[in-house]
Amino acid sequence: MFLKKIELLNFKNYEEASLTFDPHVNCFTGSNGGGKTNLLEAIHYMAMTKGYFSTTDAQNLRHDASMFHIQAEFVTERGLDTVSCTLRSGQKKQFLVNKTEYDRLGEHIGRFPVVVICPNDHIIITGGSDVRRRFIDGIISQVDKSYLFTLMSYNQALLQRNALLKKVAVSGFMDAGTIDLWNERLVELAGPVYEKRTAFINEFQPLFNASFNFICGGTESTDLQYQSSLSDEDFKAALEKNLKKDIELRYTTLGIHKDDLQIFINGYPVKRYASQGQQKSVTIALKLAQFEYLSKIGYSKPMVLLDDVFDKLDDNRVSRLMELVSQDRFGQLFVTDTSETKLSSVFQKVQVKHKIFHVSDGKVLQTEQQLHEL
Amino acid sequence: MNQHLPSRLLEAAVNEFSRLPGVGRKTALRLVLHLLRQPNSDVERFGNALINLRQKINYCDECKNITDSAVCDICADKKRDRSVIMIVEDIRDVIAIEGTHQYRGLYHVLGGILSPIDGIGPSQLNVDSLINRANGEDVEELVMALSTTMEGETTSYYLYKKLQPTGKKVTAIARGISIGGELEYTDEVTLGRSILNRTLYSENKTV
Ligand SMILES: [Zn+2]
Repeated sequence: MFLKKIELLNFKNYEEASLTFDPHVNCFTGSNGGGKTNLLEAIHYMAMTKGYFSTTDAQNLRHDASMFHIQAEFVTERGLDTVSCTLRSGQKKQFLVNKTEYDRLGEHIGRFPVVVICPNDHIIITGGSDVRRRFIDGIISQVDKSYLFTLMSYNQALLQRNALLKKVAVSGFMDAGTIDLWNERLVELAGPVYEKRTAFINEFQPLFNASFNFICGGTESTDLQYQSSLSDEDFKAALEKNLKKDIELRYTTLGIHKDDLQIFINGYPVKRYASQGQQKSVTIALKLAQFEYLSKIGYSKPMVLLDDVFDKLDDNRVSRLMELVSQDRFGQLFVTDTSETKLSSVFQKVQVKHKIFHVSDGKVLQTEQQLHEL
Repeated sequence: MNQHLPSRLLEAAVNEFSRLPGVGRKTALRLVLHLLRQPNSDVERFGNALINLRQKINYCDECKNITDSAVCDICADKKRDRSVIMIVEDIRDVIAIEGTHQYRGLYHVLGGILSPIDGIGPSQLNVDSLINRANGEDVEELVMALSTTMEGETTSYYLYKKLQPTGKKVTAIARGISIGGELEYTDEVTLGRSILNRTLYSENKTV
């Protein structure tokens, strides 16, 4: 599978753009603010039905525009798939594959798998547990649709239970039967999520360990620990036990929405004890392991979007990363960097064919020497 | 468009329209201006229809469906099969199922589904009347036909537990096809088939 073509209309700083890609390596270069990352964002939309760098769809409307449109062509084993996403302001976005709408948007996730590596990834380590849950969920969802739907139902049931807790707190009246009903619902939905997260971490751990040691060229021992209130006690009993506290706080204090992932190197938690360099290696290793996992379990090699990482990584880590690229283990690669010389030299070094796009002020130019044949 | 309008009358009307589902202030203003251009009598008829609707609307004594008489046409129809009651969310589901011509039993209109977020608990729904009807001598089967959203499933489960003491058979219409879909959006043929292929309600729901 690879992305052959993408067309943008009123997306971010692009009024109109059309790009035809190389099946292997594509580089977006140009000064900051020109729109390099916006191209990655558009590609992410086509894969995941939403952006990676933005939290709402409306953020991606071009200044003063009332609609955006992204259209892409993917070449797959079965032929050509056309994907499009249209957002009219104030309306639900329309997402079509081969002109057909999904019953549920989530059904698209995983059809064109993707991995994003960007400078902000360090928040997986330094951020709150929600970032780590999102990281885990983003991977499992791409290989297991029922996981995503169960998780969405759980989150909805959680909102309902919290609304009920609030009502009980305000009115002082509790219908025990109704609380039990939503408890049961949460328990039923949390079970499969917990089991799938547990199984995932077990499979992911060795991939992460190998990636980490590959990146820093060492032989450290790493560990990933999945932490969930469900592993300590029976969830149903815990919900009942915590009911009074939950009513006081008007919020469900226990459950898989509180799960976390602890990362260790040589027995020390990375969040507190690792050096900045180690944290960078951990971050890249998590993403490479994500790539390995999706390649192994999913239908096809994921596209990899590398946003401005060469600048932020030392040469050692860059060349390690590029070794992987050159081994033909990667799927299609999209890279951004301010310096064309830097990009070229990186790919020349590993003898990889690549296509360069010059991006500036929402315009894209493919230069004469667009295919750097070696 | 958050600024206030130059007329308080206009402002009040726009406010009311924009409280309708799916209507923003922009659309509300367009509708209100449209009404202003109509003859007085037309707008009066429009307003009266709404006031009459709200004040005089009647719910069927038996199935709680909207009707103008004490008992609705379906419940009054002697040819309907009185041994089966299908439980639906609202009148739109009744219309959809009647459209299939595959069902000859009676209905029970719940009037919503459980959703604490929207302030809907068991006491806001027609649950007690359902249990009363289910205990009736003629009734042999209760068919769950609520939407397959998380809230719909939760409501079905709640009703199932309430209905168990009646000892009556509880079934559910077969709907593997559109998960999360709501009844009124399913096409007639599919819906008709799923009514004919209904199965015993099972506690092990799909999520
Ligand atoms: Zn009736």
